[in-house]
Amino acid sequence: MEIYLDNSATTKVLPEVAAAMAKTMVEDYGNPSSLHGKGVASERLLTTARRQIATLAGVDAGEIFFTSGGTEANNWAIRGAALQRQGRGRHIITTQIEHPSVLASCQLLEEEGFAITYLPVNQEGLVSGEDLRAALRKDTILLSIIHTNNEVGTIQPIEEFGQIMKELAPQALFHVDGVQSFGKLPIPIRRAKIDLLSITAHKIHGPKGSGALYIKQGVVIKPLLVGGEQEGQRRGGTENLPGIVGFGLAAEKAGKSIAKLDQMAELKKYFLACFRDFKGIHLNSSEERGLPYILNLWFDGVDKAEVLLHMLEENALYVSTGSACHSKRDNPSHVLKAMGKKEEALYGAIRVSLSVFTDREELARGAEIIKEKVRDYREFKGVNYEYRFDNQVRRDQPKG
Amino acid sequence: MNTVLIIRYGEISLKGKNRHQFENRLLNNMRTALRDLPKRKIQKTYGRIYVEVNGDADSVIERLKKVFGIHSLSLAEPASLDLSQIQETALKQLEKIQTPGTFKVETSRPYKKFPMKSPEVSREVGGYLLEKLPQWKVDVHQPQTVINVEIREEGAFIYSGDIKGLGGLPVGSTGKALLLISGGIDSPVAGWLAMKRGVQPVGLYFHSPPFTSERALDKVKDLGRVLSIYGRQFRLYVNHFTEIQKTIRQECPEEFYVTLMRRMMFRLAEIIAKEEKALALVTGENLGQVASQTLESMAAINEVTKLPVLRPLITMDKLEIIDLARKIGSYEISIRPYEDCCTLFLPRYPAIKPNLAKVQKAEEALDISGLIKESLVKTQVVDIGRMA
Repeated sequence: MEIYLDNSATTKVLPEVAAAMAKTMVEDYGNPSSLHGKGVASERLLTTARRQIATLAGVDAGEIFFTSGGTEANNWAIRGAALQRQGRGRHIITTQIEHPSVLASCQLLEEEGFAITYLPVNQEGLVSGEDLRAALRKDTILLSIIHTNNEVGTIQPIEEFGQIMKELAPQALFHVDGVQSFGKLPIPIRRAKIDLLSITAHKIHGPKGSGALYIKQGVVIKPLLVGGEQEGQRRGGTENLPGIVGFGLAAEKAGKSIAKLDQMAELKKYFLACFRDFKGIHLNSSEERGLPYILNLWFDGVDKAEVLLHMLEENALYVSTGSACHSKRDNPSHVLKAMGKKEEALYGAIRVSLSVFTDREELARGAEIIKEKVRDYREFKGVNYEYRFDNQVRRDQPKG
Repeated sequence: MNTVLIIRYGEISLKGKNRHQFENRLLNNMRTALRDLPKRKIQKTYGRIYVEVNGDADSVIERLKKVFGIHSLSLAEPASLDLSQIQETALKQLEKIQTPGTFKVETSRPYKKFPMKSPEVSREVGGYLLEKLPQWKVDVHQPQTVINVEIREEGAFIYSGDIKGLGGLPVGSTGKALLLISGGIDSPVAGWLAMKRGVQPVGLYFHSPPFTSERALDKVKDLGRVLSIYGRQFRLYVNHFTEIQKTIRQECPEEFYVTLMRRMMFRLAEIIAKEEKALALVTGENLGQVASQTLESMAAINEVTKLPVLRPLITMDKLEIIDLARKIGSYEISIRPYEDCCTLFLPRYPAIKPNLAKVQKAEEALDISGLIKESLVKTQVVDIGRMA
């Protein structure tokens, strides 16, 4: 049986979500903009989905704007904010561990004359409030920060950052990339004074190609896609209704996942405890500051993560190298580099990512497969790591 | 008669008794290349092939420019063997050019029964054109446009200039060879160059899961598809190389990993070549590029096979190879970054000049025939690309 531990790349769509989407495609296929009854029926579905997502986010339905996913939401937030506010300043602050869609948007603006500050992170992947304070300028117009990093799962103290922004840079907008945390972790949108938040469906058992940008009431940013009255004239294009309906339902179901956060933390501990007798395992993820869904690991002697990944695949265990967005490229992860990781921690790193449906049995079997394959790998390389390394990392006892 | 493409195939016409075979091979390859377009007449006469075009000249030319053996192509309007007809047709050709300039008429007359001699035809046609299109001027030394008139038994053909073909010999006309293909830049180019000299390649890829990914195999299949555009269907043997690689890693000295792996690859290749009735091996080896491509290394590797090993890239610079890969259309596929065969197994200090006796000694630890047998049982064959 397959063990899918690549849930931060994407998740399996819930059957009821898929069913609702199928119904939208074959029955409620009207265009929400049409004046006739079929259009009205579709518009109602759109309204329902918007409400479901707003409820999970704890915001008003009118603050949710649908997009084609997290990448579009990030592009829109950053570009839209920068172009809207360039009259007040052209300085943007972000971090060194952002998703490529944020980094690329910033680099594009940099080419167009904006100044960008990339905040560093510590060994755990944390951005410090001190660094943020020091980076703020009179002409800062935007802070864009990832809530939980997709490669290592570090949770940033966004409430603290929101407070700093309010005090020192009230002129700037605050954007949070919540793609990996939405529906898994409570996001204190109001308390953290977030102006813009990117979210997506396919990380919470919804469909791919469906996301949204939360834009706080009263905040204006330039549109990215023009040419239609949709989404309050802020994002043109006929709505991806099946995707939106799927997103809405998935968000409704994800309400329960947030409540399970403690259980997820237990699961993560359990998984790590499965390695307590295994030598030469190291964590790139922070144990205390990490989202329990994401574990970034590496092993002594494993120097090519992709090879280990294919070895695991032979036993139907699916994981990622560092991050799914990087695994097709040769250059190692910018996130792990920013965290100051050593070379061996970069090239051999795999990411194991859980979902609320992952159970202990899967994790126990997954851990066994990983151990077996890492042993095989070390054997090919002709080094007996069982004796050479004694830096045992895990001490937790498995429960149950 | 419709507009035709005149196909010239320079080199094959020299091939004496085998000429028919070569010509038929070329005709077949051309038909294969044009398969996805509507059916048309393709006619062979002495030293020429005519391909009828029905308003789709661009598509036809684009395809035939990828057929080895074609030296040049010209898009010609036919006319009956009658001076006024020839003049009319020549006028139409010249009128196609928007901005007037200088021109001259060149005539060739393989059909000697035509009553006028070549210079006379040129003079008559040129005079007619000047009279009808007075804004044009004649320049016999450096004309901007040449109007060619060919007088053949089957009729007259009027065209302006020619398009270069790929040259070489028709694929399949010189025999079959086994191409050791990886996902890299070099081996597809080597295969293409062998095809240029008429070789029908059969691919052999060494698949080594989990050390190489499924995507690396897809990459090789895509490269095979590119090669098939220049020939016909590409047959690919996907050999299962994992156990051999592991065993070498476990049993043999590290400095010889690459030499020993390559020797095993050549042994497997020879067996598959026999099976396929292929007469040679083709590799992308290039002198001095990597440790296994020194003369000493090649000698130590080559020792296991009696088949001729063709190395079309042997003297080329990497940049020349890359330029060619771009032209062929394989480059973008080759640079897709997936784990490739043997990167995990690269020794830290490979023997750059392996000594044959030492290599043979190192190999004693291996059950060569057992490993080969096991690997061949797991070898699969896929046919890729256009149907033959």
